[in-house]
Amino acid sequence: MLQFLQTLDRRWIFLLMFIAVAVPLIMGTTFPEKPSDQVLSVFDAVDNLPDGSNVVMAWDYDPASEGELQPMASAFTRHCALKKHNLYFMTLWPQGIPMIQRSIDLLESEYPETYKGKYGTKFVNLGFRAGNEGVIKLVVEDLKKSYSSDIRGTNLDNIPLTKNLKNIQQVDLLCNVSAGYPGSKEWVLYGSSPFDIPTVVGCTGVQAPIMLPYIPQQLTGMLAAIKGAAEYEQAIINHYPELNEIPAAKEGLKRMGPQLVAHVLLISLIALGNVIYFWERKQGTPQ
Amino acid sequence: MKQSTLIWTLLMVFGGLSLVAIQLYRGKGEVYVREVPVEAKSSLPDSPEQTYRWSTYQQVPEKEKDTPGVSLSLSRTIGLWVAAFCTLAIFSFLYGDNPLYKFTESVFVGVSAAYAMVVAFWTEIVTNLFAKLLPDLARISFFPDMESGTQANWLYLIPLVLSVLLLWRLAPKGNWIARWPLAFFIGATAGIRLISYLETDFIGQIQNTIMPFIVFSADGSLLWIKSMRNTIVIVGVLSCMVYFFFSVEHEGIVKYISRLGIWFLMVTFGASFAYTVMGRIALLSGRLDFLFNNWLGI
Repeated sequence: MLQFLQTLDRRWIFLLMFIAVAVPLIMGTTFPEKPSDQVLSVFDAVDNLPDGSNVVMAWDYDPASEGELQPMASAFTRHCALKKHNLYFMTLWPQGIPMIQRSIDLLESEYPETYKGKYGTKFVNLGFRAGNEGVIKLVVEDLKKSYSSDIRGTNLDNIPLTKNLKNIQQVDLLCNVSAGYPGSKEWVLYGSSPFDIPTVVGCTGVQAPIMLPYIPQQLTGMLAAIKGAAEYEQAIINHYPELNEIPAAKEGLKRMGPQLVAHVLLISLIALGNVIYFWERKQGTPQ
Repeated sequence: MKQSTLIWTLLMVFGGLSLVAIQLYRGKGEVYVREVPVEAKSSLPDSPEQTYRWSTYQQVPEKEKDTPGVSLSLSRTIGLWVAAFCTLAIFSFLYGDNPLYKFTESVFVGVSAAYAMVVAFWTEIVTNLFAKLLPDLARISFFPDMESGTQANWLYLIPLVLSVLLLWRLAPKGNWIARWPLAFFIGATAGIRLISYLETDFIGQIQNTIMPFIVFSADGSLLWIKSMRNTIVIVGVLSCMVYFFFSVEHEGIVKYISRLGIWFLMVTFGASFAYTVMGRIALLSGRLDFLFNNWLGI
């Protein structure tokens, strides 16, 4: 048996992983989530703001990271919509524009009474600007130096939401969802830390260990990977039970079923690999 | 043909046929939209008010396909099938490198680069350079909402000149000129980053590490968890710094502290790797969710 495993074609592992992820997805298996302190600090940062506060939604990700980040971007959007916040969307990634459009579609379809036809008064899409951290450096000091118009080409001075906004130090919260560079780290380096802008981020698993040291002094809170998104969704559902009826509000929770099974499979494979390794050593097989 | 290759080929063919069968049997893979009329009034200050009407299309679930105002969107349906085909083509790399994978990968790279270029052109060169240098022409051509009489900002000639100098690299002669703007960019970027890293990553992180070993609550009781967490952070930071301190021989007490530092580093790398695995599985489940839900309708 061990000899068979020693020469096992790696494609069998791929097939096992496919089954481990696919079956819970098809079955719709979900598990209860308990929001951690870190996630609750993100929830509180959005929820404790008075209704109608100004929030910057910086969506720095692209379709390649959508599987991991879309649930948290949607959760942020939904939570802000429930609080009727004024939203300023922007991105430092050219492919981030369709991601912003998704959030806008969500606002208009799920919360039409607050956001439908309220472009410019309840939300604005500033679109993409090239320049990475240079853009952050500018928008925290003088928004209109970097963004003279919104994505539609309308002058920011003619949009009620941006008319009197000098820079984003004036907003009440900065929400960033990031898949890499430029993203969360740059927002902390050039925005939240030097100017004390209250900031919450949602980032990929790869970025999470880099961002952890900034919490809580330089960063209010963080949603780390799909687990963070699922816990955040649960925290929102706990406070707004009406969302329990909306399947789209549980995307992150839905993705945690496959995570659990896939992780169990991975742990089993690592254990099995070690058994084979020690068995080979005992047999004296050359490595 | 090797036995394993035969088995895998059969599995792939079976999987493909199953997908086609599910698709044909269930009749999914179609996208339905609802027409949403939009009306807007022109806001040009120096012309009579005009009303513009157009339609946008909002995607609706398939169960609503028979409701009035809902129709099949051919373009979105084709898009859905292309997306499903591309996903499967990229997944086919797991079986082995093949022309289908290479084709899809090239399409992805090409489309991403072209998209980024077009977006950057319209949002940066047109909006932030052309409109600043030639505001009247920009207002007539692209931005009717711009205020008439806006003065040109000649400072933007500097980035224009720097950009032209950068492109000089492509010229057959004098491509050394491109080093000047490059030197400017490198210098400016280094300067901006140096200050931020010093402030946030160096001083800020030192501040974050200055914390009490033992933490008491307001009523004077010992907070075990918080105290332990603080102790681990402080010991971890100090031992890792000792590990990277090469000016003294790693012997005696220094050797043991640096070994502790290695342990902390290993745990950090392990956590980092585990997070990465979680991220990759999330991406896989995202794609499979698209295939099962949006395409196959399972």
